[in-house]
Amino acid sequence: MKLEENITLPVIAINNLSKSFGSNIVLKDFNLNLYKKQNLVVLGKSGSGKSVLIKCIIGLLKPDKGSIEVFDKNLPDLNDLELDKIRAKVGFLFQSNALYDSMTVRENLEFPLRRHWIKHNQGEVEQLVTEALNDVGLLHTIEMMPSELSGGMRKRIALARTLILKPDIILYDEPTTGLDPITGKEIIKLMIDIKKKYGTAALIISHDMNCVKMAADKIVILYEGKCYAEGTYNELTENNDPNVKQFFE
Amino acid sequence: MSQAILLKSFFEETGKTFRFILRFLLQWFKPRYEVAEFFRQCYVIGYKSLPLIGLTGFIMGLVLTMQLRPTMIEYGVESQIPIIVAISIVREIGPVITALIFAGKIGSSIGAELGSMKVTEQIDAMEVSGTNPFKYLVVSRVMATTLMLPILALLSDAISLYGAYLGVNIKGDTSFTLFWTQIFDSLSFNDVLPAFIKTYFFGFAVGIIGCYKGYNSNKGTEGVGKSANSAVVLSSILIFILDLLAVQITDLLGFN
Repeated sequence: MKLEENITLPVIAINNLSKSFGSNIVLKDFNLNLYKKQNLVVLGKSGSGKSVLIKCIIGLLKPDKGSIEVFDKNLPDLNDLELDKIRAKVGFLFQSNALYDSMTVRENLEFPLRRHWIKHNQGEVEQLVTEALNDVGLLHTIEMMPSELSGGMRKRIALARTLILKPDIILYDEPTTGLDPITGKEIIKLMIDIKKKYGTAALIISHDMNCVKMAADKIVILYEGKCYAEGTYNELTENNDPNVKQFFE
Repeated sequence: MSQAILLKSFFEETGKTFRFILRFLLQWFKPRYEVAEFFRQCYVIGYKSLPLIGLTGFIMGLVLTMQLRPTMIEYGVESQIPIIVAISIVREIGPVITALIFAGKIGSSIGAELGSMKVTEQIDAMEVSGTNPFKYLVVSRVMATTLMLPILALLSDAISLYGAYLGVNIKGDTSFTLFWTQIFDSLSFNDVLPAFIKTYFFGFAVGIIGCYKGYNSNKGTEGVGKSANSAVVLSSILIFILDLLAVQITDLLGFN
């Protein structure tokens, strides 16, 4: 991975990112690079600012300071249309899945296709929906409502919706939270398969060590709003710093 | 001290609501226009409210007539019942009761729907899917409530008057033609127009308050319940305040 980092430019480059809410400083001069075909896990305790970081990367939150370059474009400087174009290349799997309750699985998947600036005809829409559902093994749920699905199925459908625009980067916000260990492992395996099949880069926010161990090419530890340590799983397990060690014990 | 805090929070909330209204007005003019979603909301908000509005309107007309009858008989003006009922329904009771029922049904449903979308990150998901959630969810709903309530109020008035006709005939004997002739003779442009215009403002109030409460919902499922509840309470209060203002304005303009 180190060799690859040296010869390619990052698809996401975050420099000196700071974000606070009132007097609560969440991120302080945070730096991070994500490279093509890399699975990068941001590890941190609950409330350490992981979700704030991922929401800044997708443009849902505006940073107070610093730059977030996605495909060489600094997000805070973009207008709505430019941001929309970047978002079409970046998939986001929400922690709560965020499936639209009032829509069927088909309509949930069609929604991003119909709303983004890239226009698709009905045949293409049908084909993309079928392909995305096949990828997650849930084609039979196409006419079901989200309320009829189990937690694991909902996560898979949310993943299918993320995949439908064929993104170059996928952001996963705690993908295994709320799932039993077996379903959690299935989701992690699916994430790895997606990377292999589509060559996507992924930024995974998690505190599930199973997920970290299985999916991470590289790990960044977020502590007190900063990038505290980084390395591979094996490198970090050997780190004796108590703030790092606590995650691997 | 606690009163000062309450006063501060009241003014803060009022300020935020006005900012939300301003945002609505700015977004309303900007493309892209969510025409399909607007028509869908008109169907959900207007057409699906019709049975409830119709039923309450019918009962309102019927009960009002039955309640009025003894007093009217006492004063020897029983024949004037259709006129009294028509004026009270068209000018005041019809629009206000319809708006209150509408606030209970639609205000709470908008508050709860947007509130649950907010806490389950569906609004964020919409934004990352290339959609302006404010335009898609708020503008379309507020426009639909603003346009649908006047239509519902007119229909409710008509159904109420039909209920009144049945009420008159429970113990009396008035022909259908005579009843409606009396009503149309007694009503003037000054009765219908101000009442019709104020329902646009009632509809706007129900929509904007429901959306504001839902869109700014927090604290998980508890917050969703609070959003739905406060949307109904606040929009009902606002309907009475707007009604009071409407009466004063129509009086000043010489419509009374």
